[in-house]
Amino acid sequence: MDALILSRIQFALNMSFHILFPSISIALCWVLFFFRLRWVITRTESWLNAYRFWTKVFALTFALGVVSGITMSFQFGTNWPGFMERVGNIAGPLLGYEVLTAFFLEAAFLGIMLFGHNRVSERVHLFATFMVAFGTTISAFWILVLNSWMQTPQGYSVDAQGILHVSSWLAVVFNPSFPYRFLHMVTASFLTVAFLLSGLSAWQILKKTDDDATPHVLRTGIMLAALLIPLQILIGDQHGLNTLHHQPEKIAAIEGVWHTEQGAPLLAFALPNATTQQNDFAISIPHGASLILTHSWDGELKGLNEFADHPPVVPLFFGFRVMVGVGMLMLLVSWYGAFRIIRQRDLRQLPKTLLRVLSALTFIGWLATLAGWYVTEIGRQPWIVHGLIKVSEVVTATPPSHVAFTLTLYAIVYVVLISAYVTVLKYMAEHPHKTESEPTPASGEALAVLAQQSDIHPHTGVGS
Amino acid sequence: MIFTMTWEQTIPLIFMGLLGLALFIYVVLDGFDLGVGMLMHRATPDERNTMIASIGPFWDANETWLVLGIGLLLTAFPKANAIVLGNLYIPVALMLIGLILRGVAFDFRVKARQAHQLGWNYAFIAGSGLAAAMQGWMLGRYITGFAEGRTFDLFALAIALTVPATYTLLGACWLILKTERDLQAKAIVWAKLAWPPMVFGLVLISLATPWVSPVVYQRWFQLPQLIGLLPIPLATAAALLALRWVLSMPRTAIHFCWLPFVLIIGALLMGVFGLAYSLYPYAVIGKMTVWEAASSTEALNVLLIGAVVTIPIIFAYSLFAFWVFRGKVRELTYG
Repeated sequence: MDALILSRIQFALNMSFHILFPSISIALCWVLFFFRLRWVITRTESWLNAYRFWTKVFALTFALGVVSGITMSFQFGTNWPGFMERVGNIAGPLLGYEVLTAFFLEAAFLGIMLFGHNRVSERVHLFATFMVAFGTTISAFWILVLNSWMQTPQGYSVDAQGILHVSSWLAVVFNPSFPYRFLHMVTASFLTVAFLLSGLSAWQILKKTDDDATPHVLRTGIMLAALLIPLQILIGDQHGLNTLHHQPEKIAAIEGVWHTEQGAPLLAFALPNATTQQNDFAISIPHGASLILTHSWDGELKGLNEFADHPPVVPLFFGFRVMVGVGMLMLLVSWYGAFRIIRQRDLRQLPKTLLRVLSALTFIGWLATLAGWYVTEIGRQPWIVHGLIKVSEVVTATPPSHVAFTLTLYAIVYVVLISAYVTVLKYMAEHPHKTESEPTPASGEALAVLAQQSDIHPHTGVGS
Repeated sequence: MIFTMTWEQTIPLIFMGLLGLALFIYVVLDGFDLGVGMLMHRATPDERNTMIASIGPFWDANETWLVLGIGLLLTAFPKANAIVLGNLYIPVALMLIGLILRGVAFDFRVKARQAHQLGWNYAFIAGSGLAAAMQGWMLGRYITGFAEGRTFDLFALAIALTVPATYTLLGACWLILKTERDLQAKAIVWAKLAWPPMVFGLVLISLATPWVSPVVYQRWFQLPQLIGLLPIPLATAAALLALRWVLSMPRTAIHFCWLPFVLIIGALLMGVFGLAYSLYPYAVIGKMTVWEAASSTEALNVLLIGAVVTIPIIFAYSLFAFWVFRGKVRELTYG
């Protein structure tokens, strides 16, 4: 394998790992702000307990997001040096503004938000929580501006050396796909968090480790999901129409349209075959794709045959169907859940099956988010900046063996960290009141360790 | 000279200054975090909790200065960025792995089940050490302009060992400032232990840099510059000797607990001035000047507006965050 494909795999791996955590922290911080606000207004202890528990989840998630984000900032230079040399005049200020306006804001106020409650007033603390939430959203704003610009570039000129210069910052920032992508991603984050909240709470009820905060959290999660999922489907649809206009080859790959056709069918399932340029075993709704995308029965969809460069069909075709499938599942579960919790006041009495389904779907938002990102990013190939610069033009000259070495290293670390993250979240849900320090000879937890070692009941001394 | 420069020539220098500032702040701030991390293996579980609590509210913001530094290199000097990170591909990756382990272990070590806590403690210590050593290796390679050969590798190796010692000293001085009683006394001992290798390393860099790089040799060892430059090494030496003197008198160190930390920062600041003088006007020594490496003036202008507006605000709320957690460490609790 050459450095290009290895660098692409490594970048995809780093990106995939990184996005898992911002996709939680962007929305979770607003939810925490909501919990805290409820506590400040109602002075009901249970809201504060909800805040306390989920702050710990947030701290862990945020840490993983930060460290994997640092990796991202180095990757531009280590693996795609040509990218900054060619589009540095545009990408540079956007990334710079992200660091200056967002990263410091969230990081500086995070300390106060997490640990400052007995050092500052309630008002300052609430403000700090707000600033962290605001910072994460600003961060999403800048990075999605850059990402969207790479998909639908405008507001630039190219000089004789092939270097891009900005002609209008307004046009760069508000490029055609940006509003859709930003809304789609932020909503995706809220949905990911909604299912995380309801999933862990359902698990707590099943494991009987729930407390007075659990009903608040479960209710917040399900209602958030039920309200946002129709909105997300609408935004997704609009985003698709925008893509059809600006990147028709991406839509052709998503819909498996090999040759331009009028009244293209909507493929529910198929095995796209790149050699024969056909779809095997297709199950389709006649005229469906044309109807959705052009709003006309015989609307024309451009096929891949009309494009000299187009993305691979298989990952887009299936990635898109996974995303949409998960969206439908979310709709079904959240609406049924909302229907049940409106009728059932005591959430401990909810049907076991619903609770089990919710806990099984705890991380379902990750699947939809990753599938969606694969569709949009692989859908940009072979370009790094759509229609202007190819990925192969900007790749590093580093020996492939070096890239293979670092790729392996990252892969091992990431697998360990994801398993640790999921395990620790589960453990925290089962021990919601565990103290946050290492066991010391003075603390009760040391006794628990001793008990564990001498095979006495392992959990007697733990927390409460 | 600077007065006759055009804006096109001046603005890359401003950005080189900002880059230097960001990296200096990073070295001081994350330096003490990483130093505290490396010292954890010498502490009892009780002390470990206190040590972590002393950096808990800050490490995240501290690490952001590295992101700003690399961001400035990436955006203001894309051509230098390609050379620097291209040459440092493996150590960069190892440093990142170190920073990842340190950052996540910080949270995992108290949230995981007890059986796993010890493992995360080791990850914290090892991650801190790996990141510090790799930063040293990178500095060593960078100073020699990525020259190949055994001598240059040995030089980089020496610095790879010096930087962890420096961070350990910073971490120990931070603990003298933030802790009390037994742990503070221990920190004074740790600082004394870290002092000789740090000073040895600094001397080595100062002697070796002119030797491996003829450019640097010419800049320093010519009259009359030499006389004008003497205050830099003299001030460094004075700060380091004063630090050692304070450490040898525990009562003074406890009473003026901020003094060791201030002195070590002073010594580092002098070191940065010396290094900046050695490197000017190169972005990559002997290969590429600041002006050759810089982005277009229009992109730098846009960035500068943002930097001028936001950096004072960043300073303000960062100081506020440090002020909120002023004084000796208390136990960290969420809420």
